[in-house]
Amino acid sequence: MEFFNWTNNQLDLPTVLAMVIGAVIVLAFTLGFVTYAIYFERKIIGWMQWRIGPNRVGPLGLFQTIADVLKLLLKEDVVPAKADKVLFVIAPIIAFVPSFMVLAVIPFTSQHYFTAMSNVGILYYIALSATTILGVLLGGWASNNKYALIGGMRSAAQMIAYEVPLAMSMLGVILLAGSMNFVEIVEAQQNFPYVWYIVPQFLGFCIFLISATAELNRTPFDLPEAESELVAGYFVEYTGFRFAFYMLAEYVYVLAMSAIAVILFFGGWSGPFLPDWLWFALKVSAFVFFFFWVRASMPRIRTDQLLSFAWKVLIPLSLLNLVLTAVVKALT
Amino acid sequence: MAGLRTEELTMNIGPQHPSTHGVLRLVVKVDGEIITDCDPVLGYLHRGTEKLAEDLQYTQIIPYTDRLDYVGAMANNHALVNAVEKAMDIQPTDRAEYLRVINVELNRVASHLLFLGTYLLDLGAMSPFLYAFHAREKILDLFVKICGARLTYNYMRIGGVKWDAPEGWLESVREFVQYMRDQMPMYDELVHGNEIFHNRVIGVGKMTQEEAIAYGMSGINLRSTGFNWDVRKNKPYSVYDRFDFDVPLGKTGDCYDRYWCHVREIWESLKIVEQALDQIEPGPIMAKVPKIIRVPAGEYYSGVEAMRGELGVYIVSEGKDKPYRLKLHRPSFINLQILPKLLKGNLMANMVAILGATDIVVGEVDA
Repeated sequence: MEFFNWTNNQLDLPTVLAMVIGAVIVLAFTLGFVTYAIYFERKIIGWMQWRIGPNRVGPLGLFQTIADVLKLLLKEDVVPAKADKVLFVIAPIIAFVPSFMVLAVIPFTSQHYFTAMSNVGILYYIALSATTILGVLLGGWASNNKYALIGGMRSAAQMIAYEVPLAMSMLGVILLAGSMNFVEIVEAQQNFPYVWYIVPQFLGFCIFLISATAELNRTPFDLPEAESELVAGYFVEYTGFRFAFYMLAEYVYVLAMSAIAVILFFGGWSGPFLPDWLWFALKVSAFVFFFFWVRASMPRIRTDQLLSFAWKVLIPLSLLNLVLTAVVKALT
Repeated sequence: MAGLRTEELTMNIGPQHPSTHGVLRLVVKVDGEIITDCDPVLGYLHRGTEKLAEDLQYTQIIPYTDRLDYVGAMANNHALVNAVEKAMDIQPTDRAEYLRVINVELNRVASHLLFLGTYLLDLGAMSPFLYAFHAREKILDLFVKICGARLTYNYMRIGGVKWDAPEGWLESVREFVQYMRDQMPMYDELVHGNEIFHNRVIGVGKMTQEEAIAYGMSGINLRSTGFNWDVRKNKPYSVYDRFDFDVPLGKTGDCYDRYWCHVREIWESLKIVEQALDQIEPGPIMAKVPKIIRVPAGEYYSGVEAMRGELGVYIVSEGKDKPYRLKLHRPSFINLQILPKLLKGNLMANMVAILGATDIVVGEVDA
């Protein structure tokens, strides 16, 4: 499989071909994941609420999401007359392109086929995922709608506020592993003392999980898209495929964030007996399930409480976690 | 930042808005996140029930009352027939009175369940809504069996009720009471101790007892401030004086108290239903009433405790078979008046929590 390890190869025809094939496979995998994550979410939440969930389109409703996407494709593409047309059109693209770009550094298996082994993997992820905020803010601004504007502002405030503790909770892991490379972080967890980083970094993991939920706009932090006084939020004017872009970005981030949680705190692909890709898939699915589960059982937090929670609780805690990790690391 | 130009933002919320529960429209001015002014615009569901009633015989008015507070239509029926009976001095039969009480209290449970579900949905909790509707559906099934309708019952008549309980109905009500008592702790556990829920409702939308009385409020909105006023207790009508039940009171008059009073009232209503089931006996369901109902000339008022407060019916009669004027004291409409006062100076994010807790039904606000 040296063939696919394209970052170290010369840029000749077979390498380019491998890059393209790799990218297509990751894309296909991701789209498949998104399609069935949505189906899975609706089924899981349905069962938790004494409902059946989608069961009409295809066997067991398996084609429901495909039908939904097709419907969105066929919808009229409305650009509001008073909107800033250029920004309105590019905002969803700005939001969703980085969501696919971050997948480039996530090692799905020990061989990390198809994906880059970057020495600044974490930095790359944080930097790119932050770009999505721009798309959200621009979308809210360009719609020229009061609800969308307030929604966009709130989303930007929320995502920026939670970006800080998210990054700082990752710092603890970086300190322990001594690397920002996702592959090396996973390998470091296989060395002495043979525990996943969730054990030494439990506080960091809690902060990571809360901030990740807020980053992903999932319940109880789903204000940007579900706050009832704002009708929907920043994408209230979006229809058809532009709307689908925002939704797609969201679910790709669910995949990416779950993958990162698994890599940083749960030993990535490592595990006994089963093949490594299956371990990775299982752990990621457990996280995805967790996000859905929380959605079925939590009310939504209020926007000012959300921000004060980030700045007054999570950031001091993540600083404390960082200091503690550094002290422990220096002593051992 | 000193030179930054800021502007007040006027937001139009409704009449088509997911959290105004119907066609209520609010014109809200916000300064940043703070509400500086709120102007409720009513009338989108106005059908002129009071005017229509002037052209209808008393029995014909009953189905129109169904459309007032459409989640608690049994109490609306009861308010009208009770007022006419009081005016004409008709005593409905015992069995009819018990059937009325059972249905009104079941309807109160259904209405409060709807409040709990939609209120928590407004606050972002999705599951309680479905659980509450699951239980509410069982009540609606009972109503379908006794009167054939799920929402607009048209069940009560002057002097009694239209239909007797079908065979096995009273037993299924008893089963339901037991079922509901088993379910309630589960609903409670899901939200009651939840920190996020507490943060969103405790201390939010507070009103004092004096304010509540000055605004003429009634029902849970008044009781949440700690003022003990329940028409069923204070001016007993029908057979309510034969039951032993408590009136849940709040302390601070905030959204949490209003939520909690709703939960407690479900328990109390179940208590009343159970006692009514124990006391009900076979017998006729209609008293002897004249063929054509003519309320003697004069002015009459009587109120019942509907789901949202005191629903009063004021009849001005000239001794004909139709009222000269029929005025409805509609609790939702009166309770809504305090909303601008509660919202002013509050956070925009609290708007939904406060509006939801005021518990209005637009059908009743606009009549």
